[in-house]
Amino acid sequence: MTDTEPFNEMLGPDGQPRAPYRALAEWFSGMSPAEMRRKSREAETIFRRLGITFAVYGTAEATERLIPFDIVPRVLAAAEWRRISAGIDQRVRALNAFLHDIYHRQEIIRAGRIPAELVIQNEAFLPEMIGFTPPRKVYAHIIGTDLVRVGEDEFYVLEDNTRTPSGVSYMLENRETMMRMFPELFQQNRVAPIEHYPDLLRETLESVAPANCDTDEPTVCILTPGIYNSAYFEHAFLADSMGVELCEARDLFVDDGKVFMRTTRAPERVHVIYRRIDDAFLDPLTFRPDSMLGVPGLFDAYRAGNVTICNAPGTGIADDKAVYAYLPEIIEFYTGQKPILQNVPTWNCAREDDLAYVLDHLPEIVVKEVHGSGGYGMLIGPTASKRELAEFKRRLKANPSNYIAQPTLSLSACPTHVASGLAPRHVDLRPYVLVGDKVRITPGGLTRVALKKGSLVVNSSQGGGTKDTWVLED
Amino acid sequence: MLGRTAASLYWTSRYNERAENMARLLEVGYRIAMTPRLGQDRSDDWRSTLVSAGCDGAFFSKYDEPTKRAVVQHMLFDRDNPSSVRSCIEAARNNARSVRTAITGEMWESLNTTYLEFMDIRPQHMTDNKLPDFLAWIKQRSMLFRGAMLGTLMRDAGYHFSQFGAFIERTDNTARILDVKYWILLPDNEMIGGDLDRYQWTTILRSVSAHRSYRHAYRDAQVRPFNVAEFLILRKEMPRSISYCYDWISESAAALAIRYQDSPVSCDMAHGTLSLLEETSMNRIFQGGLHEFLTDLIARNNALGAQLASDYHFS
Repeated sequence: MTDTEPFNEMLGPDGQPRAPYRALAEWFSGMSPAEMRRKSREAETIFRRLGITFAVYGTAEATERLIPFDIVPRVLAAAEWRRISAGIDQRVRALNAFLHDIYHRQEIIRAGRIPAELVIQNEAFLPEMIGFTPPRKVYAHIIGTDLVRVGEDEFYVLEDNTRTPSGVSYMLENRETMMRMFPELFQQNRVAPIEHYPDLLRETLESVAPANCDTDEPTVCILTPGIYNSAYFEHAFLADSMGVELCEARDLFVDDGKVFMRTTRAPERVHVIYRRIDDAFLDPLTFRPDSMLGVPGLFDAYRAGNVTICNAPGTGIADDKAVYAYLPEIIEFYTGQKPILQNVPTWNCAREDDLAYVLDHLPEIVVKEVHGSGGYGMLIGPTASKRELAEFKRRLKANPSNYIAQPTLSLSACPTHVASGLAPRHVDLRPYVLVGDKVRITPGGLTRVALKKGSLVVNSSQGGGTKDTWVLED
Repeated sequence: MLGRTAASLYWTSRYNERAENMARLLEVGYRIAMTPRLGQDRSDDWRSTLVSAGCDGAFFSKYDEPTKRAVVQHMLFDRDNPSSVRSCIEAARNNARSVRTAITGEMWESLNTTYLEFMDIRPQHMTDNKLPDFLAWIKQRSMLFRGAMLGTLMRDAGYHFSQFGAFIERTDNTARILDVKYWILLPDNEMIGGDLDRYQWTTILRSVSAHRSYRHAYRDAQVRPFNVAEFLILRKEMPRSISYCYDWISESAAALAIRYQDSPVSCDMAHGTLSLLEETSMNRIFQGGLHEFLTDLIARNNALGAQLASDYHFS
């Protein structure tokens, strides 16, 4: 999987544009390098003025940065998208069934399909959730499924982000910016719209209001850690586009087992909280007594069925990297079907055989921390130095169960605007999925692109950019 | 609406208004510095600029002498001066950012652009020849935000909290400017008014951008202290006069009371001050003492801000 040329999403093996990219390729070939640079700068100005920034931790100066935006869109054909979305639909149903099961009868463990310690000893398993059933049995309402493509029909799921996936505001703003800058392109191509995402999100959240909700119009709010959080822009953006309040923990309180917002009028009851803070900071009474961020009593109100927290506490176990390795079995167990989207083959370093293989093949593979994210704490074998390899070998031996490993995938490449003009750069894809009374998937998602030549790391914290993602309609 | 949201709207507007007032006070100070000496120590002029701006305390805890350079630095850029233009812009933006959902895109963009451009400016590069344009720019940016607010914000509670903040701040500013130089406005002075006094009266008008509108309002070649005081306190057609501000404050207070179907204390207080302004006259004010009148007004204005915060659960 490593030594061949990466799959080029625009150009076929014959050097001709693939069908979905035909109109786009022609359009960009008619654009001068100077014009492209000008458009690129224009896009940057738009983003900066709108304040679409993210915070970078650990830097005192310039704590608000812009994620670079690439003006060349990434295109998926309707048929390609149908398969992806069917695969995602299957996956998120299985994940929610899995969550319900492990917090109840644990049939999957009884059936011997996954080892008990995978769940019971998992840090992300929340005993406080045992026996509790959230409305509609939905735990993970908002999911971002990270996909990579390695060939014409080969897509792999890299990760299921079931905690608080971010980036959807970039998906929406990227599209707005493209439509503002290149209206002609949207006349030439039938691009599936995505702007209704906030409506879908609100419908989804309202659909999981508690059973004892005293009104037909449940009150939804977003819970943010505040303006210094890296994704604050997104929290505000979503609250604004859904027309709901953006609350900090201090704006909420619990009285008589119910949750209220402190308003200019009287306290107002809240039914559904889309929280963008981690489990540990939800409620200092239940989780971390040292936390200033939480709402005291929130978890009890939740367990009493008086408020719905989205995503549910304890969903993190579903995107745990060790659990990930079992996803094919999990999907089969709960849906009775073969997975539509493939998992990346994964070595679980907690297993002796796997660890031995990983240590022998370190220069060829990717090693990740089980609980890591954001591209930190990982080793990319093919580009690592001898010293880094030696260092990782040491760490693996010291604490094998903290790591998983995967083959280095040759991520597909898309044309991207760089100093010398257009050049292929590696991309991934994060479609956004909503689960409530039904599964809602927005066509496309956020394409992240590794702007450095040859780089496979697309994370924005590590020099990645984003692209508008088009799903063409038939 | 969250109490915190109301508070942030109020403070965003207040800080935006304050930034503009700071720029205007500096403009006046700068103009004085360009005028030939009028028999007075120049440092006194900068000192009164600081007092008008309410920055004298912070200033003298950091600097010894009110030189032009130090005053400009302090009022524009010092982070430890909570009323410096930089602090105001930062505070306005932070407040706006925390209630990004309650303001319009136009309001946010105008404030965010101001912030980004201001942060690009190096204080040491702010030379005398650049200062006038820079001060004009600050005023324009503040007015742009206000224009965006007036032109795009829904006329709901948020709008009234926003108006409240702007006019409470403006009242405070106008009252302070008058109070710093109240003695030169006393009627006795009019008889003996020499060049220096006339010059000071005009300066007061400039501090509130009213030196031209004054001429139109009074159709008089002479600037008379009685009229200057009246113009800034009682004339409702003057948009920085205290009466004008209280018209708006009362209107917003009433609109909020109706919206909340309540009769909050802040509403009574706002109407009380407005009646006071409507029922008095300049003669009466001078009889009771201009300084006493202004001191009382500033205190009432502060108390009203605090009462609003308590009535609408700002925290």
